[in-house]
Amino acid sequence: MALQARNITVERSGKRLLDSVSLSINWGEVVALIGPNGAGKSTLLKTFSGTLNPTHGAATFAGRELWELSPAERARVIGVLPQESSLSLPFTAMEVVAIGCQAGGADGAQAEQIARQALADADVEHLSERIYTTLSGGERQRVHLARVLAQLWRSRNRERYFLFDEPTSSLDLAHQHRMLSVARQCAAEGAGVLVILHDLNLAAQYADRIALLHHGALTAEGTPDHVLTPDVLDPVFQVTTCVFRHPGLPCPLIGAFGKQSIVDAGIPHDFMQPSST
Amino acid sequence: MLLLVVVVMAAVGIGAVGISPAQVVAIVLQQIGIDLGGSFGMNQSGVLLGVRLPRVLLGVLVGGALGAAGAAMQGLFRNPLADPGLIGVSSGCALGAVLCIVVGNAMFPAFLNQLGLYALPVAAFVGGLLATLLVYRISARSGIRSVSTMLLAGIAVNALAGAAIGLCTYLATDAQLRNLTFWSLGSLAGGTWETLSVVAPPILLTLLLLPRFARQLNMLALGEGEAAHLGVSINQLKWRVTGLCALAVGASVSMTGLIGFIPLIAPHLVRLSIGPDHRHLIPCSTLLGAGLLVGADLASRMVVSPAELPIGIITAIVGAPFFLWLLMREQRIA
Repeated sequence: MALQARNITVERSGKRLLDSVSLSINWGEVVALIGPNGAGKSTLLKTFSGTLNPTHGAATFAGRELWELSPAERARVIGVLPQESSLSLPFTAMEVVAIGCQAGGADGAQAEQIARQALADADVEHLSERIYTTLSGGERQRVHLARVLAQLWRSRNRERYFLFDEPTSSLDLAHQHRMLSVARQCAAEGAGVLVILHDLNLAAQYADRIALLHHGALTAEGTPDHVLTPDVLDPVFQVTTCVFRHPGLPCPLIGAFGKQSIVDAGIPHDFMQPSST
Repeated sequence: MLLLVVVVMAAVGIGAVGISPAQVVAIVLQQIGIDLGGSFGMNQSGVLLGVRLPRVLLGVLVGGALGAAGAAMQGLFRNPLADPGLIGVSSGCALGAVLCIVVGNAMFPAFLNQLGLYALPVAAFVGGLLATLLVYRISARSGIRSVSTMLLAGIAVNALAGAAIGLCTYLATDAQLRNLTFWSLGSLAGGTWETLSVVAPPILLTLLLLPRFARQLNMLALGEGEAAHLGVSINQLKWRVTGLCALAVGASVSMTGLIGFIPLIAPHLVRLSIGPDHRHLIPCSTLLGAGLLVGADLASRMVVSPAELPIGIITAIVGAPFFLWLLMREQRIA
């Protein structure tokens, strides 16, 4: 039971965006997708959402190619939280979430109930009657979270997958953690979740597995302890990292330093190589 | 709804021969076999059934079609300034009709005689469909049928059709020119039972089918990508909605000439009062569009009575400032 990408290669106008990437998102786990800008993270997410047809390889769900499923079929299984959305008509937050309910096939009183619950889960209940276009970036992102939760609400007993594209990009600290707690909660209820993240510490705390993309190729994949090491991170991100044990949680804690700042501080190079476990 | 009933009553009643609302009801009911015994003259009954009723009904149909098509196109383009005129239907219709008036009469008079009353509408209808198909072919070339390429293609087709129409006006005789001017400003004067029977089927079909796409248009409002994730087949939706709009607008414009601004104003007023949900927007815009057009027609008959102004002038006088106000408001928000 998984969304599977096998040997995905994507070429667009002569440029290779993804190079033979294989990754699966299993039921009940949160997978974090990390990597520098332009590494192909969003392209891989689009392949998983079935809106992009890979040049080679296949992304499959239950043995069928995602690209070949109808949009309606995909919408019952996969929910996508976009990085940003371009709604310009004056819908209220409640109406935006209700659109998600409709996509999930809910109607009438049931839709109303689902929408309220989804708004509460995303902590935007108090904004339900506000006009979407007047909300701040972070508030919009949370409204869309509620919309995506509402879309797959009725699929709870079946397979369902959430794909989050940089969901924390415009959220404050509390809501970053709230967003990823919701992702964890979804996984606990049996969903598979793929999250694109830039904050390695959020990835370390919330992901079961981490996949690292670099120049379109999957350079590392595994548990946070396995992937989040200086040996793996430094060459990819072009920084010097320092990995500690988290004092309160069973996960690594990453500090990063730009190359120049280390030189400026006169820190001896060998100090920056502590044991990674 | 109430507004529409009031406007229709006023429109059938007011004119050279006055008919009270009670008499209108009595006359219509008598036609379907119910005799209320109200007092009305033969000439009142004749005017109502022979002249005013078909004219007003044509206004209701065309106004409704324009309102609904406007709402649907604005939803499709995700832009409150969009208008069926943008995708080339209106200018295509205009070109078809102008070609028919100027060139057609000279080249195939026999064929056109056979078509009789229908010649002009059919030509306009064909022109509108061809223009829309052309816009589609151009915008499909780039692979993904994006809204912006569609808009640009629409602009190009509009310009081309405009140039061809301009050329035709040089070739036209004086009599043709007068006919052409009147047609290009729009009028409901062509409303007879005969013309009604031509435009009613395509318009009613569209009005029946368009509301089915309301949910998908709501999803599309979030963006093309999001709509796809919510289960909308974008290309299919675009084809169907555009096709239906072309059908309804083509049929309307071909029968009444170019009537501007109704597709722009009706959905906008509805959105201001009940919000942007297409499930309510499309039916309400239909009703409001119908009411607006019948009202405008009434005004066009009353202002310079007993003559009448082309209705396009009335809608433009009211609609153009409204459009400018919209533009300025949009700029302030952006």
